[in-house]
Amino acid sequence: MSTEVKMPQLGESVVEGTVTRWLKKPGEAVEEFEPLVEINTDKVDTEVPSPASGMLLKVYVGEGETVDAGTLLAVIGEPGEDVPAGTGEVAVAAKTPSPVAESAASADTTQPSRVRAGKRDGLGFISPVVARIAAEHEVDLNRVAGTGRDGRITKKDVLAFVEQRAAAPAAAPWEEPASGELFRPSEEVFGTPAEPAPKPPPAAAPGSVEPLGPIRKAVAEHMVRSKHTSPHVTTVMEADLSRVVAHRDAHKDGFQRDGVNLTFSAYFAAAAVEALKEMPVVNSSWSETGIVLHPQVNLGMAVSLGEQGLIVPVVRDAAQKSLRGLAQAINDLAQRARSRQLKPDEVQGGTFTITNHGVSGSLFATPIINQPQCAILGVGAIQKRVMVVESPAGDGGMSDGIAIRPMVYLTLTFDHRILDGAVADDYLGRVVERLNHWS
Amino acid sequence: MSLANETLLEMYWVMLLSRRLDERAWILHRQGKIAFHISGIGHEAAQVATGFALNRGTDWLVPYYRDLALMLAWGLTPREFMLGLMGKSGDPSSGARQMPSHWGLRRLNVVSHSSPVATQTTHAAGIGLGAKMRGDDIVILTTIGEGSTSQGEWYEGVNWAAIHRLPVIFLVENNTYAISVRQERQMAVSNVADKAPGLGLPGFVLDGTDVFEVHRSVHEAAARARSGEGPTLLEARVHRMTPHSSDDDDRTYRPREEVEEMKAQDPVNRYRNTLMERGVLDEPIDEEMQAKAKSVVEDAVEHAEAAPYPSVEEAQYPVYAEDVREAIHG
Amino acid sequence: MAEITLIEGVRQGMDEELARDDRVFLVGEDVGPRGGVFRATQGLFEKYGPERVIDSPLAELSIVGVGIGAALYGMRPICEIQFADFIHPAFNQIVNEAAKLCYRSNGEWTAPMVIRAPYGGGIGGGLYHSQSVEAFFAHVPGLKVVIPSNPHDAKGLLKSAVRDPNPVLFFEPKKGYRLIRGEVPEDEPDLTVPIGPANISRSGSDISVFAYGMMHHYCLAAAETVAEEGIDVELVDLRTLYPVDRETILESVRKTGKALIVYEDNLTGGYGAEIAALIAEAAFTHLDGPIRRLAGPDVPAMPYSHPLQDWFMLNPEKIAAAIRDLVAY
Repeated sequence: MSTEVKMPQLGESVVEGTVTRWLKKPGEAVEEFEPLVEINTDKVDTEVPSPASGMLLKVYVGEGETVDAGTLLAVIGEPGEDVPAGTGEVAVAAKTPSPVAESAASADTTQPSRVRAGKRDGLGFISPVVARIAAEHEVDLNRVAGTGRDGRITKKDVLAFVEQRAAAPAAAPWEEPASGELFRPSEEVFGTPAEPAPKPPPAAAPGSVEPLGPIRKAVAEHMVRSKHTSPHVTTVMEADLSRVVAHRDAHKDGFQRDGVNLTFSAYFAAAAVEALKEMPVVNSSWSETGIVLHPQVNLGMAVSLGEQGLIVPVVRDAAQKSLRGLAQAINDLAQRARSRQLKPDEVQGGTFTITNHGVSGSLFATPIINQPQCAILGVGAIQKRVMVVESPAGDGGMSDGIAIRPMVYLTLTFDHRILDGAVADDYLGRVVERLNHWS
Repeated sequence: MSLANETLLEMYWVMLLSRRLDERAWILHRQGKIAFHISGIGHEAAQVATGFALNRGTDWLVPYYRDLALMLAWGLTPREFMLGLMGKSGDPSSGARQMPSHWGLRRLNVVSHSSPVATQTTHAAGIGLGAKMRGDDIVILTTIGEGSTSQGEWYEGVNWAAIHRLPVIFLVENNTYAISVRQERQMAVSNVADKAPGLGLPGFVLDGTDVFEVHRSVHEAAARARSGEGPTLLEARVHRMTPHSSDDDDRTYRPREEVEEMKAQDPVNRYRNTLMERGVLDEPIDEEMQAKAKSVVEDAVEHAEAAPYPSVEEAQYPVYAEDVREAIHG
Repeated sequence: MAEITLIEGVRQGMDEELARDDRVFLVGEDVGPRGGVFRATQGLFEKYGPERVIDSPLAELSIVGVGIGAALYGMRPICEIQFADFIHPAFNQIVNEAAKLCYRSNGEWTAPMVIRAPYGGGIGGGLYHSQSVEAFFAHVPGLKVVIPSNPHDAKGLLKSAVRDPNPVLFFEPKKGYRLIRGEVPEDEPDLTVPIGPANISRSGSDISVFAYGMMHHYCLAAAETVAEEGIDVELVDLRTLYPVDRETILESVRKTGKALIVYEDNLTGGYGAEIAALIAEAAFTHLDGPIRRLAGPDVPAMPYSHPLQDWFMLNPEKIAAAIRDLVAY
């Protein structure tokens, strides 16, 4: 039977050793305890006594080589015996079970469902115990009034709610408060947006169910979240596009020759961007620590994808672009959006969005803010309308006339947390002014 | 006090056995079979003579890690030593929790000790205090290296024993090296025994390679302790013929010639020659004893190699006395 | 029932154990004819003699080391460290020796002994007569750490500590030695309080306050103050810090949902941190607010000058404010 000679671990902290000299050659006889090999480690230089008597059959580690403790160095046995071929480490430490840690045997691992502990939009901080009680008792925390610091819902609050609910007879449907926003004070609507109440499915659902595509799902999620995040307010103004139309007519063909389709969208984009440069607060995002002013304007342009939903590609650093540059970028992005060739980063990072709902005939609308932006500009259909043209004569309106002008309604839907109405109007007024007096 | 020939041979046997076990421990280490060994080669004469001068079994022993020969004299078996060396189940000192040669044996009044040096000195004084309060006729022997007498703990323990005249023998095994640091860097006095007068107890320097001198001195110190005269400091001058431990390489700090000189004064050889001269020992008996020592060592190694390791569950206990399943204490 | 001081509880406990078991003896600095610098051992030297009430050399390490030796021999030493601040020289003996003896000898050797030490500040003791040292030792398996808060527990826990087969560190709130008074039955010669269980000293529903020793006394006063404001405090006197009564702590937090831990030691790494961790691990979903620690500031030790000492020390007002704050959360 052969005996393996391994690199000993010669010290508490020694992990490897170097073979300095073999004192026997393969084929030579060796006695047990007779010095076999000299080794050197960080701590000790020593001779390794042979663990058995016999012939040195094979040497696996040459002089000068450094190997881990436990590595097979040589095999001693009877002449002709089989020896292992490998030279790798043969010692495999026995796996011992790790010590039983002082464990969290009694650790509290109850997983509350629904609203989890932590800071929650509209609810403030939800403590672990409140989250647990709410989950256990199926409490909609939006309906619990908080009496803790800053209106936090305390354990007592949620327990009182549970108790009260148990005590009260089930209310008739008409006694439950309505979930619609129509008859609720605006502070409540803006201040504590409710989780959407789970609606029971209709008793008898006629028709079929269209499965949701990924874009539809994303749009739905985003719209709901946006409405719950920002208090939306919309302001409406109109612009006279006479000068824009004239400018476009004059330059359209020239652009076309360069392969650029000069659309009205480019003008709206240019006007919006110029006004943003003057009022950076509109090019911003809300955060708990303050209003984040974005250093560059990344302009989102909503593009309809028909029934599948809509997508908002982003014109990066739009403030650095000319009318031509904007037209070019908008054409390119819209085209690629419709052919599904946008790259992921081309739909991210927007700081302000324009939606041109007028293309489908809508005069004005109240679009939903593209989170986490501050505002969205809605552009209605361009329509020739009869307008009163005031005379500069100063004769009390006696010389005012009527004219037919290409008009458009512009809406600015903004986050009332960031902007007050007057500021929003100031911004939208600047956009209108630019379009009215395009040069 | 004259020793019977039988006793003289018994002492030789323990010295021989200790030497062979110690040598085998080095081999086992170099073969990678054990993780650590701390050697007592060169200390055997002083240790065995000390052990034989006391009432083994009734007197108390508070040892240190270099005391293999003393422990064998006191009643530790070679198999027990090997179990501890290999970290196997059945190690009587610590259930294989401590490093090898960290002794402890309740059945023989050998108190468990730790690795920080000199912590045992106050324990010996405390045991002496307990024995004195109880009026028990016992002697407490505590051993230590000369380097460890630099510790404040050592002075505090000796001071206590001196104040209260406790029945303690403080045996310093002075091999002049604390790992690599020589005695001159440990103390300004020439002998550890010179510290004794300052602490108020007698101190003596002994030739630790001379079995008879050590035996006589320990016997006298024990008599003084038993008669209520208090503690004694004994300093046995011995040789550390090996590196400090299996992790050490003494070639980095002392010349080979010095070790060769020590080997010429090997206490085991010296004692064998003395016994031969006295006609207590002859070649045939010696050969027989050598062969027996070899076979006892083989048996101990085989026994320990075959023994199981402790189960991992055992690592969790006993932290408190309540965890001790079998009541050992009254 | 007689009303006695906390130090009298300690003294009675030692007296009764010395009388009950002749293996018991006292050792420490000035414990003999002087009767201890705080007079905890007053009269015991006269009663039990110099062999059982031993004035030690002025060397704390040896008080513990010799105590361990005597315990190994079968005695039951009560070692007094004059001030907890002076226990550090004996740290090696306590942590490396007493605590590990049982484990390292596989149960063959143990050190049944009590190490008493007055701890805590507020007595003009400056840096080295004011320290709280419990956190160092409540980290060490093999030791038991006990801190009484009233005369009854001081007596009962000390008697249990003497009878315990392990090394027990017994820290006494020295500011409360004569300040804290309480009733202790005279006709119960074998009054003991078990080591381990905490004591709910005041039942309440709004907040759980955990304390021990002198701070428990202050917390009681703070609880009375806020009770008048309608705040219902549950106060848990931990009594044994190691091994700690996990269940009583967790049960209380599960009830109230709020946890305030009050200790006199420096905040960082103090004993309260362990209680906070335990609650966070095992009662998280019962919490209705952050776990709070109210403790001493992180300066090296308590300053001597009165205004500076007051700044360091907690008091019932500071504790009441912390209770109000957490309840309002």
